[in-house]
Amino acid sequence: MSIRLEKDWVAAADAVQRLAGNLGVYQLANTQGQILFIGYAGGNSAFGLKGVVRQALEDQADAAWVRWEVNTAYMSRYKELLMIHVHDHGELPPRNAPMALGKLRPSG
Amino acid sequence: MNLQLTEEQELVIAMVRRFVRDEILPLELALDPDAEELAPEDNARLVAMTKEMGLYGLDIPPEFGGPDIDLVTRTLMAVEMAQHRAGLYVPCYGTFGGAGLAQLFEATPEQQEKYLFPTLRGEKRGFFGLSEPSGGSDPARAIQTKAVRDGDDWIINGGKLWISGADKAQYGLVFARTANDKGRDGVTCFIVDTDTPGFSVRRIVHTLRSARYATELSFEDMRVPASNILGELNKGFAIANDRLTKQRIPYAAGCIGVAIKAQEMALEYVPQRETFGAPLSSRQSIQWMLVDNEIDIKQSLWLTLEAAAKAERGEPFRKEAAIAKLVATEAGGRVVDRCMQMFGGLGVAKDLPFERWFREMRIRRIGEGPSEVQRHVIARELLGSSLR
Repeated sequence: MSIRLEKDWVAAADAVQRLAGNLGVYQLANTQGQILFIGYAGGNSAFGLKGVVRQALEDQADAAWVRWEVNTAYMSRYKELLMIHVHDHGELPPRNAPMALGKLRPSG
Repeated sequence: MNLQLTEEQELVIAMVRRFVRDEILPLELALDPDAEELAPEDNARLVAMTKEMGLYGLDIPPEFGGPDIDLVTRTLMAVEMAQHRAGLYVPCYGTFGGAGLAQLFEATPEQQEKYLFPTLRGEKRGFFGLSEPSGGSDPARAIQTKAVRDGDDWIINGGKLWISGADKAQYGLVFARTANDKGRDGVTCFIVDTDTPGFSVRRIVHTLRSARYATELSFEDMRVPASNILGELNKGFAIANDRLTKQRIPYAAGCIGVAIKAQEMALEYVPQRETFGAPLSSRQSIQWMLVDNEIDIKQSLWLTLEAAAKAERGEPFRKEAAIAKLVATEAGGRVVDRCMQMFGGLGVAKDLPFERWFREMRIRRIGEGPSEVQRHVIARELLGSSLR
């Protein structure tokens, strides 16, 4: 499994149709491709990724693209994606609240 | 062995039990089923409570400011503290504090000043870096990470796998081969700052345990001063081995706590749940599952308390600790599995804690030395050290 989330981006307008109720992680990006937010659909989510991403898109109207990964280890994967984002960009995505994270230095 | 708890033990156990049921369980209802931490404000409030109870920093020796609690009581507390969803790997979400790395209590005064005391004050975190991709069950022979002397420093090259907490740590204990001897007499323990050039946390290792992940580390020409050797040169394996033996007792206790909670939930559920016009509790198949659970729990508990009592008396307890770890981890898995079966579909849903316990309990038969290694340790104790 790649450390980075390398799934194809899907237009926000199409994403909710294609999503199902699985657990997993997702990223939202704006029209310039900047990642705005990294989130997860956990065990308490009523409709998994479908419900969580739908709500996230309603809350963040400037999100144009979505990509996701179905993953039952959503918690460790979510933290990994945040740490990789900090490694690559020096900070969290702009819509993610500050949180205590570990430090990753991936080789690739 | 005296099987009667003292009045003081009864009081402490009751206090911890109330804490879990009144403080932890209600908060847990609102957390993600795989959560490993509380909200910062809840954590601060509960830490203040455990300090008020005089139970914070349970594993810190009294001379370093920890509460003076004997190992049997400590084991009974560990059983209680595990009785919630996250309890196997994050008992009470860490609100009773940790000791950091117990090996540092034997460190030099300078090392204690730099690493131990900041850890006890909650300013620094450490990790324990023993296992490698070449194997974790026989670390003395599997360690391939090498340290080579260069003036007053050592240059370390290699890597570690399955290391918890390294991504959030400011330092760690890294075991490296410092002599060509292939056995245990050629391993040294170094205290390594994680901002040392050449130190990298390369990736998270995703496992059945989603919340508290492991990491993979790499060391490339990592320069560590000789003053950061913990203990003696080439005698590091004794430090590791001592930790592995002691750790088996609380490791077993956590499994027993979860098993007790699972059994308690099943005992509450089966008289209420009806099938074919009668409660589940009237079915012999269900009764026997409950009976087998009870036997598994009692066996594990007494064997673990025996190990703790021997350790407390300062007697050799390697065999007893291995038996406790072996029996409790395997029994815990069976108990959770039977309880899932009694709950049917609900048992595998994330609504209830069984599925998390099932996943995490499976790791317990491998972590801290798999069942096969525990059997090997016991056999070696029975047959003598000639058995390799």
